[in-house]
Amino acid sequence: MTPVTTVAGTAYPWGAKNVDTDVIIPAHWLKTIKRSGLGKGAFETVRAQPGNLFDDPRYAGSPILIAGDNFGCGSSREHAAWALADMGVRAVIAPSFSDIFSGNAFKNGIVPVVLPQPAIDRLLVAAADAEITVDLETMTVTTAYQDRFPFELDPFRRRCLMEGLDEVGLTLAQDTQISNFEGAASVARPWVEGRRRYEGIAVAGSRRT
Amino acid sequence: MARPLTLYEKIWNAHVVDRRDDGTCLLYIDRHLVHEVTSPQAFEALRAAGRRVRRPELTLAVPDHNLPTTPRLDADGRLLPIADAESAAQLDALRANTAAFGIDYIDATAAEQGIVHVVGPELGFTLPGTTLVCGDSHTSAHGALGALAFGIGTSEVEHVLATQTLLLKQSRTMEIRVDGTLGFGVSPKDVILAIIGRIGAAGGTGYVVEYTGEVIRAMSVEGRLTIANMSIEGGARAGLVAPDETTFAYLKNRPMAPAGADWDRAVAWWRTLPTDAGAAYDRSVVIDAADIAPSLTWGTSPEDVVPITGTVPDPDGFADPAKRVAARKSLDYMGLAPGTRMQDVSVEHVFIGSCTNGRIEDLRAAASVVGGRRVADGVRAMVVPGSGLVKRQAEAEGLDRVFTGAGFEWREPGCSMCLAMNPDKVPPGERCASTSNRNFVGRQGPGARTHLVSPAMAAAAAVTGRLSDVRDLMGAES
Ligand code: SF4
Repeated sequence: MTPVTTVAGTAYPWGAKNVDTDVIIPAHWLKTIKRSGLGKGAFETVRAQPGNLFDDPRYAGSPILIAGDNFGCGSSREHAAWALADMGVRAVIAPSFSDIFSGNAFKNGIVPVVLPQPAIDRLLVAAADAEITVDLETMTVTTAYQDRFPFELDPFRRRCLMEGLDEVGLTLAQDTQISNFEGAASVARPWVEGRRRYEGIAVAGSRRT
Repeated sequence: MARPLTLYEKIWNAHVVDRRDDGTCLLYIDRHLVHEVTSPQAFEALRAAGRRVRRPELTLAVPDHNLPTTPRLDADGRLLPIADAESAAQLDALRANTAAFGIDYIDATAAEQGIVHVVGPELGFTLPGTTLVCGDSHTSAHGALGALAFGIGTSEVEHVLATQTLLLKQSRTMEIRVDGTLGFGVSPKDVILAIIGRIGAAGGTGYVVEYTGEVIRAMSVEGRLTIANMSIEGGARAGLVAPDETTFAYLKNRPMAPAGADWDRAVAWWRTLPTDAGAAYDRSVVIDAADIAPSLTWGTSPEDVVPITGTVPDPDGFADPAKRVAARKSLDYMGLAPGTRMQDVSVEHVFIGSCTNGRIEDLRAAASVVGGRRVADGVRAMVVPGSGLVKRQAEAEGLDRVFTGAGFEWREPGCSMCLAMNPDKVPPGERCASTSNRNFVGRQGPGARTHLVSPAMAAAAAVTGRLSDVRDLMGAES
């Protein structure tokens, strides 16, 4: 993953609440077996409306999106993060994010920045004509108008973003610890090992009541 | 004495491989379900990095989202091709990837095929006290059996395949207690709709919910699955129900459940899992069952809930300005005017199915309302069993004939009209009473208008042609 230390540029001043993953990328775009190319489908239903924000030349290609509460709610589809990344969005600023979306965002080099609603309201105004900077080093969002909003990020996730680390690789380095856990768990809870295969299922009339 | 613990803390603690100073844990994952939509990129990444699947035997794959719900074999038993090339490619990728990595795969033509969240519990793959994940947000459903189950993104699917673990921080805990007994005609779907209406679509964000109280204790596992399934619609990544005798009776003799001495040991451990007396939740919500009526949604967020006896709300009535704007947009999309009685709204489509309400009890509830009635003119109604096993069971009970005799379509298992990824869609501007879990803009097809309802309410809408109070139809029979 490419390291991210700052995201600076224009921002889509959207502010909408409960933006769900079906809005970010409708289901029919999920039929791909690739990660790339989903930017075309991003916000398709919003873009179908004349005069929409995403097709406004003032904001075209903005690396930042400003939204309302509960951004990315709904499905677990990482396609939402892929679509945002593909359209060039590197940071989303909102008062809150769905848990699954914020995890997906981090893993794709998108910074989910949590700021309180008053800061969002101010940024929505500032974004009309000023660039916004999200700085991971100082953990602040600043504008050309001298606004300065500090935010917090999980330290581990911040490090992964700033150093472009591969989480799977990091975890694989803990292989011995995982094997030790497995050894102990197979003694304590042997049934979890599972009966392999869903073999020989009879569905006679009476079993399920 | 040790500090009293919640069910969630007990399962969490039993799965911690490593705990870091900042509280992040490497958590062991016991069970992984895989479907065709969110896995291809994970397998692709494994291949690109030359990685293997650590514990293929703990993973089970089944296609569901893309699969058309029309017959899969021709009269001679040959596999029928899938018309949509992209869907076919995704389904082929699942078959090829699972074969290459040694993962059990339930083929589209197997009797056990179905929606991943119906399949897991009914095969006994889902077990109390396990950690279970799937690249799908409704994985929360499996919490009904006392599994810590949650949806993950594709990068996490890759992480679990490669390491059988996930990096996570512990969530806060929320108890949602439903006291009392449910009224006449009130179903588990109404309970969860009422809960989401109360806490809001983001109310559970950052929490793992545990459902407690008399109503939950008295409920079947299938009803609990409906409730836990929609935890995510209230923002909670996982929803739990403590395992009890109902859970054990449900699981016993399921094909992948433990057997013999293993079963006894498992049950003994499962009995230790329920939340200790005196354990603290970070937040508690108490709901009185007497306040829950048959309910449905009016807007495009699952929090937009009203009782069927209610009316479309006036956006100006919401205190929150953002909600006022959202409600106006929702009503515009839904083609509804404030003040309209919900029961005066007619529907063109009825969908009974999905991982929320595609199990046998759901089909029984719907069939009992259909009785000898007929689907109203101008309504297209379909029943899509959640799995092949549900379908067979329903056919053994003659439910299919109740439905087809009334004019419903009776289809092959899959996600179907729950989401617009396969041929079952609601056309633009048309209205659907749906037993699924999401009423988002475009969820059932571009421009589709969705009202989330229980199976019985969906059946009532089908036979009357409008959103209806199922109690009126049930009352007429008794
Ligand atoms: S039935 Fe609907 S909610 Fe359930 S897994 Fe399928 S698409 Fe998702």
